[in-house]
Amino acid sequence: MDKFVRLTATACPLSLPNLNTDQILPARYLKWPRSKGLGTVLFDDVRLDANGKPRDDFAFNDEAYRGAKVLLAGRNFGGGSSREAAVYALYDHGFRCVVAPSFGDIFSQNAVKNGLLTAIAAESDIEKLAALVRETPSQPVTVDLEKQTVSGNGISFKFMIDPTSRNQLLNGWDDVDLTESYRDQVAAFKAKDKTLRPWAAPAKP
Amino acid sequence: MVLYYCGPPKGPQPLKQTDRKMSKSQTLIDKLWSMHEIVRRDDGASLLWVDRHYVHEGSFHAFSQMKKRGRNVAEPQLTFGVADHYVPTRGRDGGIANPEIAAMVRNLEANTGENQITLFGLRDPRQGIVHVVGPEQGLTLPGLLIVCGDSHTSTHGAFGAYAFGIGASEVAHVLMTQTLWQKKPKRMRITVDGTLGTGIAAKDIALSIIARIRADGAQGHAIEFSGSAIRALSMEGRLTLCNLSIEAGGRCGMVAPDATTFAYLKGRPFAPKGSDFDRAVETWSALISDADASFDREVLLNANEIAPIVTWGTTPDDASPVDGRVPDPARESDVTRAKYLREALDYMGLAPGTKLTDIAVDRVFIGSCTNSRIEDLRAAAAVLSGRVSKVPGLVSPGSSSVKRQAEEEGLDKIFRDAGLEWADSGCSMCVGINGDLVPSGERCASTTNRNFRGRQGPGARTHLMSPAMVAAAAVSGHLADVRPLLTGRKA
Repeated sequence: MDKFVRLTATACPLSLPNLNTDQILPARYLKWPRSKGLGTVLFDDVRLDANGKPRDDFAFNDEAYRGAKVLLAGRNFGGGSSREAAVYALYDHGFRCVVAPSFGDIFSQNAVKNGLLTAIAAESDIEKLAALVRETPSQPVTVDLEKQTVSGNGISFKFMIDPTSRNQLLNGWDDVDLTESYRDQVAAFKAKDKTLRPWAAPAKP
Repeated sequence: MVLYYCGPPKGPQPLKQTDRKMSKSQTLIDKLWSMHEIVRRDDGASLLWVDRHYVHEGSFHAFSQMKKRGRNVAEPQLTFGVADHYVPTRGRDGGIANPEIAAMVRNLEANTGENQITLFGLRDPRQGIVHVVGPEQGLTLPGLLIVCGDSHTSTHGAFGAYAFGIGASEVAHVLMTQTLWQKKPKRMRITVDGTLGTGIAAKDIALSIIARIRADGAQGHAIEFSGSAIRALSMEGRLTLCNLSIEAGGRCGMVAPDATTFAYLKGRPFAPKGSDFDRAVETWSALISDADASFDREVLLNANEIAPIVTWGTTPDDASPVDGRVPDPARESDVTRAKYLREALDYMGLAPGTKLTDIAVDRVFIGSCTNSRIEDLRAAAAVLSGRVSKVPGLVSPGSSSVKRQAEEEGLDKIFRDAGLEWADSGCSMCVGINGDLVPSGERCASTTNRNFRGRQGPGARTHLMSPAMVAAAAVSGHLADVRPLLTGRKA
């Protein structure tokens, strides 16, 4: 997994609340292998109108935000379905950080496993920055995970992140390797658990 | 409806670590957590042992990740496969016509076959929706930690299990190690005391809770449902309630096991048998929150005041009692909320202030991991019996076993006589990836869990409600209060 320490890039303001994972990546794309280009169908059902034309009122479609790596989002971003492909779609499109007032629990966990930072900040701070970004989209913002700050366009604010996720992103830890280092503890737990909870194993039908 | 809410104000939850008072009293959540904790890191992450891992067609990303590392499934006997997300619900005896969908089902067969994982595949008489099959096969038990690459895994918490949905990377981790790194969630108790009125179901409790605490109200929390109205629920009702925990933002919801739980489990194929079962019941009976245990948040509801609920917008917290009206964005002082409401009503094709019972529907759907169990089908049939649906509709039982039982009880005939289609089991029109879609612009009264834009198909308009309320909408042709339709009938 790629580490995340500090990022300076342009941002895309997307203030809609409740952009759940069905909106981030519609279910019909879930059978696609990642190599087919999930980044190209990101936000398809909110991005396009009923005739398949890009909607003018959806900032993501604006040329000015092309190449943005930071997404300034609304409350409850990534709620709903556990589909990790929603994270793949954001990442493969180029986003490395989403700043929002709150995130779906499963989405946050999926994000950190893929090197995508989910930064929790006050709605007022995000809105203030989003307004400035709308004025000058080319101005980059800097997201600093060590300091837990988002800054740019002359303002700066703190963001929150679960310390475990922060650790994992800063170090680029791989969970499976980490778990391997606890192999003995896992084996000991398993042996003891068999005697403590004999009923936990499925019975023979 | 008066709902009492005690807790911090709504809105984003600070992630600040709070000192929990050290106490010997434990909640059910604490007990389940400590039963599965192998190690805890300094930064607060714990490595947990996983007792059951359910996989489905969508788990292919995870199997690929595992293969890429050259690894095998650590505990195949604790892993179970179910074909549900992509399976056709109609005409599947002749095979799967759509090659992409056929490939998804074949892929699951290959991945489970190569790894010695038991599969409840398309042709298996036990096939069904994973969250229906796990409980009915006795694989889901109290005191277990259960995961699946599906957010509605919270369903299994109905048995007093610690059950939650995970993404593909976590699925891969569980496949390879049978463990998972997790941070202990905060604890929320939702107490529902009182007695539900006639025609009111677990779905109405759940939608009332979600409307009150909002779609993100339980983020970062594990929920325990308690109170006399919860105790009075059947296992089917508890499964519906826990299923919808995720729609309130809670990754897991649970109900402490009791006599109802044990009676349901006794004799199930994979449940402990004979004296093993009795010994298990002794352990399971201790899986309750201690009387003086404290929770991070408490929410209280009065069951007597819960009315039939329907949704009108594009998130499950856009829910109101059926005698209400569509809200008016012009009366909303919060600018962001007003903008959201305008977009939601525009998508739903609804005018502000419309009476909910004036909303005409184009079709109905009864099914999904939320509401497709035998009790759900009986509740819908009780309304439909001797009546005709004014709109087309699809009924997809939660499992092949539920289907057989419903047919033994003659429920299929009631649905067919009412003009609805009686189909096979799968996730079907809840998520539409098997091809069961609501056409664009059409309005569907649905027993499912998500009224998100495009959830039942691009442009589809979904109204969530209980099975009995869907039946009421079917025979009325518009959203309707089921209660008058039950007069003189056994609900």
